[in-house]
Amino acid sequence: MSLLKIENMKTDIGQYAVLHGVSFDVPEGGVFVLLGRNGAGKTTTLRSIMGLWTPSPGSVTFRGEDITGLHTAGIARKGIAYVPENMGIFGGLTVEENLILATETGSFDQARLKRIYELFPAIETFWTKQAWSLSGGQKQMLAVARAIIEPRALILIDEPTKGLAPSIVAAMAEAFREIAETTTILLVEQNFHFAKSLGRDMAVIEDGRVVHTGTMADFVADKALQERLLSLSA
Amino acid sequence: MEQLSQTLERFGGVYLLPFALAVVAFIMIGAPSSWVTLTVAGLAMGMMVFLMASGLSLVFGLMDVLNFGHSAFVSFGAFVAASVLAALGGWLGSDSVILNALALILALLSAVAFGVVAGWFFESVIIKPVYKDHLRQILITMGALIVSEQVILAIWGGTPITVHRPQFLEGAFIFGDVSIEVYRVFAFVLGLAVFIGLHVLLNRTRIGLLIRAGVENREMVESLGFRIDRLFIGVFVLGSALAALGGAMWAGYVTLITPALGAEMMIVVFIVVIIGGLGSIQGTLLGAIIVGLTANYIGYLAPKLSLASNMLLMMAILMWRPNGLRPAVK
Amino acid sequence: MTRKMTFGALGVKAVMLIIAAALLFAPFLFQDVRSIEVAARICIFIVLVASYDLLIGYTGIVSFAHTMFFGFGAYGAAIALKEMGPGWNAVLLGGVLGMLVSLVIAAAIGLVSLRVKAIFFAMITLAAASVVLVLASQLSQFTGGEDGITYKVPDLFKPATKLLVDDAGKVVKLFGVSLNGKIAAYYFVFLSTLVLFLLLLRITVSPLGTVLEAIRENDVRAEAIGYRVVAYRTFVFCLSAAVASLVGTVYAVWLKYTGPETALSFDIMIDILLMVVIGGMGTMWGAVVGAVLLVLAQYYLRDLMGAAAEVVSSVPLLPELLNPDRWLFWLGLIFILLVYFFPKGIVGTLMTKGARG
Repeated sequence: MSLLKIENMKTDIGQYAVLHGVSFDVPEGGVFVLLGRNGAGKTTTLRSIMGLWTPSPGSVTFRGEDITGLHTAGIARKGIAYVPENMGIFGGLTVEENLILATETGSFDQARLKRIYELFPAIETFWTKQAWSLSGGQKQMLAVARAIIEPRALILIDEPTKGLAPSIVAAMAEAFREIAETTTILLVEQNFHFAKSLGRDMAVIEDGRVVHTGTMADFVADKALQERLLSLSA
Repeated sequence: MEQLSQTLERFGGVYLLPFALAVVAFIMIGAPSSWVTLTVAGLAMGMMVFLMASGLSLVFGLMDVLNFGHSAFVSFGAFVAASVLAALGGWLGSDSVILNALALILALLSAVAFGVVAGWFFESVIIKPVYKDHLRQILITMGALIVSEQVILAIWGGTPITVHRPQFLEGAFIFGDVSIEVYRVFAFVLGLAVFIGLHVLLNRTRIGLLIRAGVENREMVESLGFRIDRLFIGVFVLGSALAALGGAMWAGYVTLITPALGAEMMIVVFIVVIIGGLGSIQGTLLGAIIVGLTANYIGYLAPKLSLASNMLLMMAILMWRPNGLRPAVK
Repeated sequence: MTRKMTFGALGVKAVMLIIAAALLFAPFLFQDVRSIEVAARICIFIVLVASYDLLIGYTGIVSFAHTMFFGFGAYGAAIALKEMGPGWNAVLLGGVLGMLVSLVIAAAIGLVSLRVKAIFFAMITLAAASVVLVLASQLSQFTGGEDGITYKVPDLFKPATKLLVDDAGKVVKLFGVSLNGKIAAYYFVFLSTLVLFLLLLRITVSPLGTVLEAIRENDVRAEAIGYRVVAYRTFVFCLSAAVASLVGTVYAVWLKYTGPETALSFDIMIDILLMVVIGGMGTMWGAVVGAVLLVLAQYYLRDLMGAAAEVVSSVPLLPELLNPDRWLFWLGLIFILLVYFFPKGIVGTLMTKGARG
């Protein structure tokens, strides 16, 4: 059974139709990569899953339960975390406050916190700093840390490597690989090199429609398909 | 220049403005005793305006909702408190400080209680349907303001109403040739207490953490699993209760109130939140103190210019900092 | 937008013709002093509301300073007529000066605050308008303070002026109406407001109107395409301020009196808001309908409310609310309901009626 099932999702933003019927299944475990060019509708897909836009018609099924039309907070409580493209860091809050806000009870599970320190040592270093003073890479780490401070079944991550230095991208890939051992990740990415090193399954979205689904291995092998679907972003 | 601004920033940055204002006024007024009286009056007025403005600022910061009807809470607070004080006239006149204080507390509590109920009603009936539509929001809250003013006129009539103060808040403290009205000190202390309370609420509690985060990025707080809209009702109700409290205090300060009070205060409140920067309590306090001091100093130095001076002050600050002195981080 | 004429649109056009005809022949159709007052006020408010609609409906900016500009025009003419005596040069000079003041202040407010959030702009215009109102009552040596200014207008508009005389030297009557200065004054109002209204109408169908709509729909996008949004908004703000100022001058000439109540008070701003919302934002015809309905209501609804108050005099609070002075209470309620349920107003709703079918 798939963890997340999206069927015929159509989303309008204002008067513009952005998604024209997006369907794909995210199986449990590993990293699922959603590829596509700028403006293809990747971010809108994630936001629609999160309930930040309301798809109509269309349905989102998570662990066999229909979550379409639920309030964003309700969807989050079902076990989905969201790391938006702009990272959504609260700049006026300290690193600690950013993290404690993401816990359900307002106190830390020490074991999980320790794991976060190991994944991202910078978090511990800058613990009492206000988040706006962090570098772009540190902010991204904080955003990911915030998504895993509570046990979640699925993390939606939107273009985490955008604008980051290569060394940080490598560290990020390492962290994602480790996180994916226990949590499913739905990754939206334009950096194909980064995506193919992580992804197990994948889908390509174009002009608000899914135009290809399959495994990453097959996609990597088929150069012609890559050329056709990603020519502009590769 | 760069160095100067850094030094200024270290000593408090924009928070130095009220002090600078006070120093300039001291030189221009020349008479220390008048200056002290005016400064105390300015601080007291600033604190009362802070009560009225804080809710408006927070509500805007959290939900991008600007309630033009906010001043209705101020007027209602004033009139409710005045009515309660009038009804408890016997207690007010008595020599017992306890009865005095009890009447005052009851009056303030009634205003606050009214603010809570009216705020809840306002949020759920008037504002909720137009959360994301600024144009209709401005129009609807304006409409609600018109209706509220008419209701006040219908209930209390158009003639000015005298507000009775409790005996123990009458009179003044005299130090040499300086006299300081007791009520002003009381207003200042109460305002300061509310500010400290709000500060603790925002910085030391989980709710406060959620509010601060929500002001910055509402969607992200929801994506973390919290219902901002429920939080918002709470903040809205708190804001209207504080506005009503501010109105009640103001009624006791001016001792003669008319239904135009709300509209008059609304202008001041708007200037305060624009100067201070929407969405932050510190900014609102700063704006309120600056406006309070300016109004009193100018009122003494050049009475005809007092309202225009606040307007000019606002324009000047907007040119310098288009988002106000201390806006919330966005 | 469909180009095809809908049933509703036809109805609106027909109503427009009726209103235009009624206003054109008002002095002959309704031969009492009060009706002429009402008709002139309708003319004035149609332009005032239409110029406001250019802001709120076509550009999506909420300003609370429209009355302020109206007041500048009115006070400009009033002060000039008072100081220079009744003459056309005084009207002209006062009108132009009032308009210049309006333009300068509108440009200043626009440039400072139109670049920030819409809501800031609303607050700032509100603050500016109230400061001007207070100043007008305080600077009494110029403005006459709360009492306002009474003055004489050009001789042509004196009631004793005879426009046409018959052989016996008596004023000619047409359909039983004396062709005196009062008639001249009314047609002065009618024609000048007609010209201003047509000018506004022309602007809305010009390329400028299209740009404004693009900005209203999506200002970020418009900016990206290359329109300088702040410049356009400031321009429209100035334009609508200038028109409001001119119509203020016309009103000052008609009334022969200018004071805070007739030219500056916040009640006028509320009237304008009510008219634009009731009529329908974003359509010039809406301004016409809104102004006609509300001015009629102002003059005639109060009588009705007075009667109703007597009927329910035994019920608590209701008579208070039905007191003719409380008519704003009901209008406020109607206003809120309209914004909720018919945000397009009467004309906007009518225009789209049948368009879907």
